[in-house]
Amino acid sequence: MSKDMAKLIHKYLRHDKKFPHVWCPGCGNGIILGALIRAIDRLGLEKDEIVLASGIGCSGRMPVYVDFNTLHTTHGRALTFATGIKLANPSLTVITIMGDGDATAIGGNHFIHAARRNLNLTSIIINNQIYGMTGGQHSPTTPYGCFTATSSYGHIEHAFSIAELAVTAGAPFVARCTVYHAKMLDELIEKAVRKRGFSVVEVISNCHVQFGRRNEMGDPVTMMKWFRDHAVTVENSSKMTSESMEDKFTIGILTDVEKPIYTQEYDKIRRKAKM
Amino acid sequence: MISNLSQNRLLLQGNEALVEGALAAGCRFFAGYPITPASEIGEILSVRLPQIDGTFIQMEDEIAGMGAVIGASLAGVKSMTATSGPGFSLMQENIGFACVSEVPCVVVNVMRGGASTGLPTHPAQGDVMQARWGTHGDHPIIVLAVSTVLDCFEITVRAFNLSEKYRVPVIVLSDEMVAHTRETVTLPSLDEIEVIDRISPSVPPDWYVPYKDNSRGVPPMAAFGQGYRYHVTGLVHNTHGFPTQRPDEIKAFTNRLFRKITQGFHEIQMTRSFMVEDAELTVIAYGSVARSARRAVIEAREQGIKAGLLQLITLFPFPRHTVESVLRQSRAVLVPEMNMGQISREVKRVNQGISHVEKYNRIDGRLITPDEICLSLRKL
Ligand SMILES: Cc1ncc(C[n+]2csc(CCOP(=O)(O)OP(=O)(O)O)c2C)c(N)n1
Ligand code: SF4
Repeated sequence: MSKDMAKLIHKYLRHDKKFPHVWCPGCGNGIILGALIRAIDRLGLEKDEIVLASGIGCSGRMPVYVDFNTLHTTHGRALTFATGIKLANPSLTVITIMGDGDATAIGGNHFIHAARRNLNLTSIIINNQIYGMTGGQHSPTTPYGCFTATSSYGHIEHAFSIAELAVTAGAPFVARCTVYHAKMLDELIEKAVRKRGFSVVEVISNCHVQFGRRNEMGDPVTMMKWFRDHAVTVENSSKMTSESMEDKFTIGILTDVEKPIYTQEYDKIRRKAKM
Repeated sequence: MISNLSQNRLLLQGNEALVEGALAAGCRFFAGYPITPASEIGEILSVRLPQIDGTFIQMEDEIAGMGAVIGASLAGVKSMTATSGPGFSLMQENIGFACVSEVPCVVVNVMRGGASTGLPTHPAQGDVMQARWGTHGDHPIIVLAVSTVLDCFEITVRAFNLSEKYRVPVIVLSDEMVAHTRETVTLPSLDEIEVIDRISPSVPPDWYVPYKDNSRGVPPMAAFGQGYRYHVTGLVHNTHGFPTQRPDEIKAFTNRLFRKITQGFHEIQMTRSFMVEDAELTVIAYGSVARSARRAVIEAREQGIKAGLLQLITLFPFPRHTVESVLRQSRAVLVPEMNMGQISREVKRVNQGISHVEKYNRIDGRLITPDEICLSLRKL
């Protein structure tokens, strides 16, 4: 472990209280946690100003490990709690962490409406294409044909693309990355938190235990290699033919536009209301 | 705003008075989803809250409304939502979260008739047991019932106060009839109203143990951003707020949640007695039925029947001591309700053979009239 990382762990993690963690060895969640605290450190935010809110799932266990104001809500609802916190105290930096099932199955409605509404929140979505915590049932991002605990004969539904969904729903900043591209990941998280408006970072992550094992990628390294070989940066993808992109996905910033922020608009309402 | 209003006699609807009560109690955040017969509460607050630097937000559904209310309260702002049956069902999981993580908030359920989509524009009292037991697992909760427009103001203030003091969600049960009836009321002025705020920690952040027991069983609550970083979860947690599987910590946690309410029982339980001193036949009623019952008691007395009324404001924790003393002195007790008999079960549970308990129920979307109650009393 580098000295720098040790310092960050000491500064940002509840290292003396909450470890060892619950995640399986080699789980991608740890890489994302690392990227998050590196990004926070570079942003120079005070720990008191940060709220990290999650839903339920393996991903949902992340807040308990960090020394911020932390909130572990109900399954799928992190964004609704975050909305209340941000409106009650707009000076707080509110970040949500959700799983793919959390954010797009049970919480799908909140996700699209949060994107549309545009509060200044950041949403990190760990997309491991499976329900990790409950034992590997299929999620809205499980690819067609894959095997899961509830699709033993092969999955017959089609997957959501979370980042594209966020763009369509109106999120002004949307990025995608994988846990293999760890350095790019902290840069994207940093940009997302810096962004004024609803920002989304979808992180393709490995659940080798529940997803990989059933789909011929039973260890983290094989899954990492798969991410390396199938992720194409947004810049490079524009130079590629649609056939060669067929089994690939893009990483990087998918959208970054300006849009009025809810709390600013609401301040205008307050002024009108007082006239 | 309210101070100007409160000097006047006002003609208000129940839902309007409820809003005044919430604002007087310090509510500055509302999140909800429209539903008859509760919609006016959100509509009025969408106008009033921004005038006083509060916040109104219409969410995508009631699950989201309840989540946002808890979030705002965690950030230190008194919050509420309002709904009716179908929305109340959707809120239940997050209400349980507020019970377990001890986040103060007020949930108004303006009851309408029937299960499922039911009878949107008719009154009923069918959600009484849901208000107590709607969310899963053992949990403490406070449920209050309003019967008049003035109640809508006063009991809502009480609801916020109890919620803040005990760090527990308080459910206010109104019904379509109370919500939409207009009555002339004189609201108390702001300086006549007692407003209670949650207690903030007085220790430095390093010493703060967010769920540590004390003599009241209610730990001080820090707002997010106040410098006390801590963890909030719906998982059973230890005194530090961290999830636990240890039997001793689980037991201590659950027992404290219940103990804080038991210890506050005398303050929490609110009832109104009308002509019960010498009553041989007593009506136990709540909500809009209590109004008919009051009238019925007067009529019965005119007919020479020694009748009385015990009106329940607090439905849960069930005011068993007051009910028991009424049972002891009455030859028989009548429990009229606009449901199939929900509070009558509680009365029977307390009764244990002390007196004779009879129920009277209507579930056709119509009010129970004083005549019906009077007639039932005569048959006892
Ligand atoms: C209302 C509700 N339904 C179901 C569950 C059970 N449950 C817990 S986590 C989970 C799915 C988690 O999958 P995902 O959101 O993809 O997160 P991961 O565990 O993969 O990080 C489910 C279904 C629950 N906690 N609450
Ligand atoms: S089950 Fe999957 S997502 Fe959960 S900790 Fe294990 S590897 Fe990670």
